[in-house]
Amino acid sequence: MRVTAAARSLLLTEFVSAFFLAMRYFFKAKPTINYPFEKNPISPRFRGEHALRRYPNGEERCIACKLCEAVCPAQAITIEAGPRRNDGTRRTVRYDIDMVKCIYCGLCQEACPVDAIVEGPNFEFATETREELYYDKAKLLANGDRWERELAKSIELDAPYR
Amino acid sequence: MAEFWTSYLWPLLVVIGQSLLLLVLLLITIAYILLADRKIWAAVQIRRGPNVVGPWGLLQSFADLLKFVFKEPMIPSGANKGVFLLAPLVSCVLALAAWAVIPVNAGWVIADINVGVLYILAVSSLSVYGIIMAGWSSNSKYPFLAALRSAAQMVSYEVSIGFVIICVLLCVGSLNLTAVVEAQNTKWGLLGWYWLPLFPVFVIFYVSALAETNRPPFDLVEAESELVAGFMVEYASTPYLLFMLGEYVAITTMCAMGAILFLGGWLPPVPYAPFTWVPGIIWFMLKGFFMFFLFAMAKAIVPRYRYDQLMRLGWKVFLPLSLVMVVLVAGVLQFAGLAPQ
Repeated sequence: MRVTAAARSLLLTEFVSAFFLAMRYFFKAKPTINYPFEKNPISPRFRGEHALRRYPNGEERCIACKLCEAVCPAQAITIEAGPRRNDGTRRTVRYDIDMVKCIYCGLCQEACPVDAIVEGPNFEFATETREELYYDKAKLLANGDRWERELAKSIELDAPYR
Repeated sequence: MAEFWTSYLWPLLVVIGQSLLLLVLLLITIAYILLADRKIWAAVQIRRGPNVVGPWGLLQSFADLLKFVFKEPMIPSGANKGVFLLAPLVSCVLALAAWAVIPVNAGWVIADINVGVLYILAVSSLSVYGIIMAGWSSNSKYPFLAALRSAAQMVSYEVSIGFVIICVLLCVGSLNLTAVVEAQNTKWGLLGWYWLPLFPVFVIFYVSALAETNRPPFDLVEAESELVAGFMVEYASTPYLLFMLGEYVAITTMCAMGAILFLGGWLPPVPYAPFTWVPGIIWFMLKGFFMFFLFAMAKAIVPRYRYDQLMRLGWKVFLPLSLVMVVLVAGVLQFAGLAPQ
């Protein structure tokens, strides 16, 4: 028995079988996504970079109800409401999200009664400085304009499940 | 003056030219061997490996070279500056020096000395000094401990690799590497090379060569998951590059040695018509790459040895085994009358 064990270890049987196993893997198709050129499909519920949306006539959706600010578990949102306008509605004068604090939980978009603040499909918003991640209202609205087609589509796709 | 020219200057120029040619080709080969190493490792793990710099990542090694060269070289304030900078040079230059006696084809060798094997053993034993110097001069705990480990490892496997080479030399009857290859030139081709008649010795050589060059599964010296980078902890930039280069040159030397001692150097696998037309250098390179492929696969599939396992394998398995093989080979050669005269 010990002789066979010794012969096995001398002839490297384990190594040889591992070698052939490795060769099987060697020629397998690679599952790697070639990232900057190929991307995985993402769900319509994907919670990426925030955006503030507008109505089709260009009016801001956000009515400064501050529900998102209240629900935000990371307290990343800061809102200041402006004075009531002639038509009786309110708008924000300040809407900041600290993207460093944000935990991308999606509670702000759940809380929003008018689908104004949403988390979009964009996850490639790395910056070189920390300050660039303190998003203000202008940046969020610009995001909304930039991603409106994708945002509308994913809200539409997800609507039956809400 | 004319005599001085023909007997000293011209041969000197020839040797310098040959050395430069070999060096350049060797370094380019190493750049691609490094890439192949990473690619093979990646493929076994179903990854792609480096594929961004140049087509299929072919320029990756050159990008790495530039990165290393342009980084800032750091010398720790507590280090012994001279020895600290000398150590990578020693390990790199000694590793490169070994290639002087390696014949890549019939007659294609810079120094066709008749003690080529001894020279290689001497030079590769010296390269452990580079490691010890690096570990000691860094004046830091971990490099020092790693250098001790490395020295112990290289010394213990040097012993069994020495006996392995003695087995081959007993069959050849010469220390000249060209003669070693010529001795394997039989009418059986592939089957006449020493890997088959001396099979257990070939296995011992392969495993000892892995340990000798600090390759996985015997890379306890670097063991990046537990020891950061062993004796190279304090090195950065070009000195680190030199260590890295020395390591890979040593690997190519071992692959070339494996090809020469056991796989018939530049001889074709079948000594008949279509195979003999292929130039010997091609066969030599194919055999070297085959050896390297085995090295790279061992890195991909074998988990790292523990230190005591490494020492047990070296001193309690390989040393007695190779000693027995020396006695056995010598006995068979003597009593069967096959010993070279």
